[in-house]
Amino acid sequence: MSEIIRLTAAALGEKLAAGEVSSVEATRAHLDRIAAVDGAVHAFLHVDAEGALAAAADVDRRRAAGESFGPLAGVPVAVKDVLVTEGMPSTAGSRILEGWIPPYDATPVRLVREAGMIPLGKTNMDEFAMGSSTEHSAYGPTHNPWDLERIPGGSGGGSAAAVAAFEAPLALGSDTGGSIRQPAHVTGTVGVKPTYGAVSRYGSIALASSLDQIGPVTRTVLDAALLQDVIAGHDPHDSTSIPEAWPSMAEAVRRADVSGVRIGVVKQLDSDGVQAGVRAKFHESLELLQRNGAEIVEIDAPNFEYAIAAYYLILPAEASSNLAKFDSVRFGLRVTPEGGGTVEQVMAATREAGFGPEVKRRIILGTYALSAGYYDAYYGSAQKVRTLVQRDFDAAFAKVDVLATPTAPTTAFKLGEKLDDPLAMYLNDVATIPANLAGVPGISLPAGLAPEDGLPVGIQFLAPARQDARLYNVGGALERLLEAEWGAPLLSRAPDLSSHEMAAAEEGAL
Amino acid sequence: MARAALMDFDRALELFEPVIGLEVHVELNTTTKMFSSAPNPANSAFHIAEPNTLVTPVCLGLPGSLPVVNGEAVRSSISLGLALGCSIAPSSRFARKNYFYPDLAKNYQISQYDEPIAFDGEVEVELENGRVFQVPIERAHMEEDAGKLTHVGGSTGRIQGAEYSLVDYNRAGVPLVEIVTRPIFGAEADAPALARAYVSTIRDIALSLGISEARMERGNLRCDANVSLRPRGQEKLGTRTETKNVNSFRSIERAVRYEIQRQAAILADGGTITQETRHWHEDTGATSAGRPKSDADDYRYFPEPDLLPVVPSAELIEELRAALPEAPAARRRRLKSEWGFSDDEFQIVANSGMLNELAETVAAGATPAAARKWWTGEIARLANAADRDAAGMVSPAHVAELAALVESGTLTDRLARQVLEGVVAGEGSPQQIVDARGLAVVSDDGALIAAIDDALASQPDVLAKIRDGKVQAAGAVIGAVMKAMQGKADAARVRELVLERATAE
Repeated sequence: MSEIIRLTAAALGEKLAAGEVSSVEATRAHLDRIAAVDGAVHAFLHVDAEGALAAAADVDRRRAAGESFGPLAGVPVAVKDVLVTEGMPSTAGSRILEGWIPPYDATPVRLVREAGMIPLGKTNMDEFAMGSSTEHSAYGPTHNPWDLERIPGGSGGGSAAAVAAFEAPLALGSDTGGSIRQPAHVTGTVGVKPTYGAVSRYGSIALASSLDQIGPVTRTVLDAALLQDVIAGHDPHDSTSIPEAWPSMAEAVRRADVSGVRIGVVKQLDSDGVQAGVRAKFHESLELLQRNGAEIVEIDAPNFEYAIAAYYLILPAEASSNLAKFDSVRFGLRVTPEGGGTVEQVMAATREAGFGPEVKRRIILGTYALSAGYYDAYYGSAQKVRTLVQRDFDAAFAKVDVLATPTAPTTAFKLGEKLDDPLAMYLNDVATIPANLAGVPGISLPAGLAPEDGLPVGIQFLAPARQDARLYNVGGALERLLEAEWGAPLLSRAPDLSSHEMAAAEEGAL
Repeated sequence: MARAALMDFDRALELFEPVIGLEVHVELNTTTKMFSSAPNPANSAFHIAEPNTLVTPVCLGLPGSLPVVNGEAVRSSISLGLALGCSIAPSSRFARKNYFYPDLAKNYQISQYDEPIAFDGEVEVELENGRVFQVPIERAHMEEDAGKLTHVGGSTGRIQGAEYSLVDYNRAGVPLVEIVTRPIFGAEADAPALARAYVSTIRDIALSLGISEARMERGNLRCDANVSLRPRGQEKLGTRTETKNVNSFRSIERAVRYEIQRQAAILADGGTITQETRHWHEDTGATSAGRPKSDADDYRYFPEPDLLPVVPSAELIEELRAALPEAPAARRRRLKSEWGFSDDEFQIVANSGMLNELAETVAAGATPAAARKWWTGEIARLANAADRDAAGMVSPAHVAELAALVESGTLTDRLARQVLEGVVAGEGSPQQIVDARGLAVVSDDGALIAAIDDALASQPDVLAKIRDGKVQAAGAVIGAVMKAMQGKADAARVRELVLERATAE
């Protein structure tokens, strides 16, 4: 395996700046890796080798001409297919957008391009980001690089797997109820959902507008910080984006220090419902932080247990409206019934053929929840619960600086294991959903491997809105402490997928 | 289309009380659209455009696109709300109205539902017969317009029987304010005229605020008329119909009248009114059934999560209130009295839509009578011939200048008309054209006398007749003199001098 792909984004950025490696070399190394292993992993839906190499050559040329760049210039990046990309397919994992080439770049994509980063392609995801395993992608599941029989999490399994498999140093993800953090948890990577409004949603194919947030998917906390520094900031195209400027997250990581930091452990999320190894790694991390000066406090968040129920009313309600635009009139798939049909029949046939079962389930749920006569009982009540969850956060953050939870209740489960049991699938996000309901930021970083199955386990920290820097401080400190114990990053213990290169070549026919 | 049975209007009024409710959509003329940076075709600068050229990803509802509220549209809406006597909500919200239709790019319309920006107002409306009504306003809310469908292949241009339809999204996202009245009682036989006068008043308000082009023929101003009847003495309101597609002031009046007569015929016959939308047909002067409309129509409204609440500062509202122009009805009363016009004279000006031009011309120094004469006379004639807007052809300042030149005797009416043509042709101000063309009246008696003497000398028979006391014979000499002077003489003065010269010798 090429040394270049093993580098963190920060380290690669430094080598690029020092002229030790060119962006074309770095890009080619990652494209080679994708060619070698993605047949087995299936992290990507689309790889733009030509565009990536051209962009890399352009950055190399400009750098040679003396142009100065930020720390991630020339570094390749994978982009979740939920973000629209000019000139590249953008399907959000759905058949209904097959063949559509957007005429514009999402703001986060524009920002990574402007920072000189090199988009490699688009990563796989559950259709319209609805799922926790990437099995709901219309284009087939992504496989967890730690165990190809297992799920990579979802909805952003593609971005997480691409980063875990060294196909990209970092990636962009989207998190509506945990779609960045839960994949990070099961793939031994780092994922951050910034404060709602920190990163523009313009060009992010909307799932639930009041919950969606774009964020970094990386192998280190510093890389996540560097990427958040690139993509965060006010965007006049997104009314919900926060107008104020942000402090440097990278600076927070470099100065990381947990002495005196008060960490609250949410009682409701540290229960018997959590897999033993996941819980064990969670507590080992907390003890490590405590030994290094942090104060651990138990926190009661009584309304968190209603969060999933509220979430599965608000999300489908907003999604049922957001997904109404997929009607075949302006873009994407068009299915005409035999012998023609009225516009209504064409719309219905297109949506029948173009949407998968999970998407249909949520559209129906959401349409019902918003219906006259049911609105108050469902959508209205859910919004009240949302307010209660926010109050739980407010009360907690009056006592502590950050909250800590296991990111998800279990390690990666087997592909197919929960596909026919939507409720079991939904429960994966029990610990991640409250942050989306309240708009607060969250990070998941590797806490170790569960002894019982040897699979990665993540730990989640949550901070008050706009206090993303606290996550980078605590996350950066814990990462340093854990890696000092382990002697190496967790991912160095992941299987070397090069043994799958043959298999990938054989599977190429798929 | 079969014309429904109609009851005589007067008879209908004897049996039933008409109750009307009006929904007026005003397209704002902001530079850009309600939620996108695309040029706004309801602004006359962008009125003419190829289909689907005034669009951004937002107008097309492309995946990932997001709306952003146009601040100019909010200010225009607040001004309009204030001019309608409404309270302005300190905080109002947008909501999504969900329904599938191909002219609606997102398959939901961003509108306002339970929290409109303006509510509880009242508008004074004066009818042509002088009656004055206070029309109660329930609310005025902001929303976006839909695109336009063109149905191709059918004989009627309607969707029924069409082979396919084309969609133009230029209009998608044009800012609209929808003004909804409360039910209007007590108009009785004036109900049709009141409907018309109300919409006309809304137009005047929009124009005086400068927030809309307010041209009905372009769809800048659209009216849906709700009509119901209740038997005399009954308290409960009757079932209403909502007539759409009423695109001129005259049609509004006719459509309301038609619905009163149609519903009366049905009710008197023991029938019931179906709650539905009805389409007005300009050609047949009738309405036809549209889709059934029930109060149970489920648009699944919910707060638009992509937008923040609209929270105008109290300072902004007061600033806009202070900048409000005089209410149209009050202004008309004031001008009519100041100008001393008769009812008929004033009505002609008001109906010509040139009230502002007249007022500015008077402000520039012309007498009201002169201003009225020019604007409703020669200027209107030229505008009509050129198929242009009179207002755009000549400035009130130039009209006042022209009137002053006539008043001072520098120009005759006939010369002044020539000068006006020059002004319209862009040759300059009236005085500049007088100078450049040498059009001023020759007021030098010496030059006139020389011309008169020449004319008398060449027509000795006429001279003789004048001397015989046949004064009317002077006309021939006057004509010759005017010709010699190329019209630049005051005919009355010439006549005086001709008689003087003829009798002096």
